[in-house]
Amino acid sequence: MKICVDLVKCQLHGQCAIAAPKLFSFGEDGKLQWVEQPDESARREAEEAADVCPEQAITIED
Amino acid sequence: MTGHVLVVGASLSGLRLAEQLRGLGHTGPVTIAGAETRMPYNRPPLSKDVLTGDDDEATLVQSLSFRPRPTLDDVTWKLGATAVACDLAARRVSFADSSTLSYDALAIATGLSPRRVPLSGGEKDRYVLRTLDDALALRARLIAGARLAVIGAGFIGCEVAASARKRGLAVTMIETFEAPMQRAIGIVAGQAMQALHRSEGIDFRLQSKITGFVDRGDGHLDGIRLETGEMIACDLAVEAVGSTANTAWLVGNGLDLSDGVLCDNAMRVEGRADVVAAGDIARFPNLFADHVPRRIEHWTVPGFTAKRAAESLVKEMVQSSFAPLPAFWSDQHGLRLQSYGSPSLGDASELLEGSLCPDDMRRQGVALGYRRAGRMIGVVLIGLPAARLAHYRNLVDVGRET
Repeated sequence: MKICVDLVKCQLHGQCAIAAPKLFSFGEDGKLQWVEQPDESARREAEEAADVCPEQAITIED
Repeated sequence: MTGHVLVVGASLSGLRLAEQLRGLGHTGPVTIAGAETRMPYNRPPLSKDVLTGDDDEATLVQSLSFRPRPTLDDVTWKLGATAVACDLAARRVSFADSSTLSYDALAIATGLSPRRVPLSGGEKDRYVLRTLDDALALRARLIAGARLAVIGAGFIGCEVAASARKRGLAVTMIETFEAPMQRAIGIVAGQAMQALHRSEGIDFRLQSKITGFVDRGDGHLDGIRLETGEMIACDLAVEAVGSTANTAWLVGNGLDLSDGVLCDNAMRVEGRADVVAAGDIARFPNLFADHVPRRIEHWTVPGFTAKRAAESLVKEMVQSSFAPLPAFWSDQHGLRLQSYGSPSLGDASELLEGSLCPDDMRRQGVALGYRRAGRMIGVVLIGLPAARLAHYRNLVDVGRET
């Protein structure tokens, strides 16, 4: 599983970091950080983050 | 539940409902019927980037469309189909084109329509905003120098006003309350947002009632007449005075349709095992706040109500309490307003950080807390960096009522 974030679309709503804090977070510079290739067990959490993104900037590739 | 699930409403709620059904293992047939001819798309940009940008229709459709999960590949889409009647006893829905569909389970997700100001005149220059077509029609009129009156200073009204201002229009907002967005964020935050709009050159007529649209005699607007006698001269008007739930097709089944569709905490429609509702149309008790059923018009609501509704259809047993944390946001004049919890239910507000004057909001942001009988029931954060939001979200007391 691979998590992709379209940083052109991303408007830093931060909803992903709230829905899936193990996968998404903010660095000290305020930029979004994420786990690019998480374990399959994190799929549900990753899908949740993709669903709640107001800009629909997150995609999950198999 | 292995039978045919009919989802009426093909926007975010309908889409998420079908995805959740498949995710929960429902393998039976699913039909999603929607009044619009487009596949589900994201509405929040309609009042913002769509109005301020110049992307053509095809580009917008491409960028706004949701990407349905592959699990929906075998779902039947019936688009351009407006539901006009429903017989819950016979389990059958009728559509405007005279077709009918039978179901084993029904999911109601027909959403809202913009309310209109019930006065005639100037029809050729009056707009609402709900669909992409609405946004495209309005955008064609947002020409620098034109005079726009926005009726209703809720979130849609404020976002449209900010977008139109950015395009160089002269904008006047007309509102019956004392401050913009007052019902959602209270008078203190509302007045702070008003100051921000003013600093960008937007005029306000607050506590103002409209008594008429002044027509030039040819269906075009001369202006809008207020109760005070004043006329707000304008070339076009946007009516942003709230929405009504699309429930007409459900009439005749003995349901409580007084404000949306009354649901229980499992999103079942009045205890029926075979009918659920989700999204803007659903009036349900959110135990985060209390046991009072309410409709919530936030973008996040389709997601969590669709999941709950799908569980109620598929699972034998669902968890006893459903208490999702409401959240909404708005973008106005380059500032993000983010809310968690239910500030509208607060009886007192307090400043948690920053100051409410426009320059300070722009420089460092502001955080407000809302208490209900002492409990922190909501926060409103304006202009705060994204990395700081989780901190304030965690201040909201999610202790459930039982």
